[in-house]
Amino acid sequence: MLHPVPTLKETPSQTAGPYVHIGMTPNFCEITGICEADLGLTMLTPETQGQRITITGRVFDGSGAPVGDAVLEIWQADADGVFVSPPGRGSNSKPAFNGWGRQPTQPDGTYTFETIKPGRVEGPDGKPMAPHVSLWIVARGINIGLQTRLYFEDEAEANATDFVLNKIMDPRRRTTLIARKEAGEVPMYVLDIHLQGDRETVFFDM
Amino acid sequence: MSGIILPGADGRLYQRDRDWHPAADTPGYKSTTFRAPRHSLLSLGPTKSEMAGPTFGHEKFGPLDNDLIRNYSQDGTDAIGQRMVVYGQVLDENARPVPNTLVEYWQANAGGRYRHKKEGYLAALDPNFGGFGRSLTDDNGFYQFRTVKPGAYPWPNRGNDWRPAHIHFSIFGHAFGQRLITQMYFEGDPMIWQCPIVATIPDKAGIDQLTAKLDRHNTTPMDALAYRFDIVLRGRRSTMFENKLEGN
Repeated sequence: MLHPVPTLKETPSQTAGPYVHIGMTPNFCEITGICEADLGLTMLTPETQGQRITITGRVFDGSGAPVGDAVLEIWQADADGVFVSPPGRGSNSKPAFNGWGRQPTQPDGTYTFETIKPGRVEGPDGKPMAPHVSLWIVARGINIGLQTRLYFEDEAEANATDFVLNKIMDPRRRTTLIARKEAGEVPMYVLDIHLQGDRETVFFDM
Repeated sequence: MSGIILPGADGRLYQRDRDWHPAADTPGYKSTTFRAPRHSLLSLGPTKSEMAGPTFGHEKFGPLDNDLIRNYSQDGTDAIGQRMVVYGQVLDENARPVPNTLVEYWQANAGGRYRHKKEGYLAALDPNFGGFGRSLTDDNGFYQFRTVKPGAYPWPNRGNDWRPAHIHFSIFGHAFGQRLITQMYFEGDPMIWQCPIVATIPDKAGIDQLTAKLDRHNTTPMDALAYRFDIVLRGRRSTMFENKLEGN
């Protein structure tokens, strides 16, 4: 049975502006003493379980210039594919891992997260999605935060059946979401983000 | 289960009304020219990944986190400017309060100058004003903070563009798909209507939604004005489970 529901309009988005670092990474831009550390700077504790990885890359605009005034946030499941939220509705199997990180881009457009490789999460079709990290990007000149995802090159089999990747018709564009692996004690996954241009990243409305 | 059934907490997020938000490419705001994606967004609807979101509160929140008048004070004195309290309620599209969610805000000082090394405006820095704060909403979704009114300032866009006085807001909600950044303006400010960034919003009613209202009754006598700014995040559908609505 349907019931009428109250409806409000979502608050319209506005650009984060050129000084988003003040509000989201204040210590990074030398506003110190208000909070001890920038929120989301550190995702790992010694207790965190899972394969340590580094996620890094650069953000570019449509002219090929680095975007040095952006903030990136990531959101991911733990090593078992479980999210820490919503609160009280099943808890994360690894309480030491919150699953959320935030980093500024450096003047050369570089971002870096130290995290763990996420497990697989069930997709809308009931099958597990490939391991992925959700990305959200805001900056001057971005009117509404851009949603995208990072997938892992060494998960080719899982990527091939992933619900989201398979919605991207052009296989060349699909590759804009797949991070290149550089092996090491802590494997590094590299994904550049292109806001516009020939190599424009696939962005979502999710 | 009886009585009025409210929308659930477990259902899918409503589709975002992209026509209500600014388009990606808005030529009047020139910074969008090389930063707006040219491809259409891929519309998928949220998966489990977008319907979960980070929780906060276990971090250390200091007593001055929501007091921009004092939280950067270097010499124990207050920041300079028109004193005010900004408060409001965070709701979802179903008009349900969003409790225990993180709200962050940042702004220029009373002269319209940001504390940032790339900021070139000649208005003076206030040594006692940092311009950043944060709150967690209470059980009813309310937040509040104390600050000074930010100044308007000129910015490089067209020859002589000015930003109206505004405060930037970042809001989380309980799902990563609700994540929102916006700006708050002040009721009655004529500068609102000549700003190219405000003008990226297609509907005047949307601009009104970003305009905080002077709240005469909540002013602090002999101290501070009060402005109310409510924020609406995406809501969720009810979910059907064995013919019963779940998550209510």
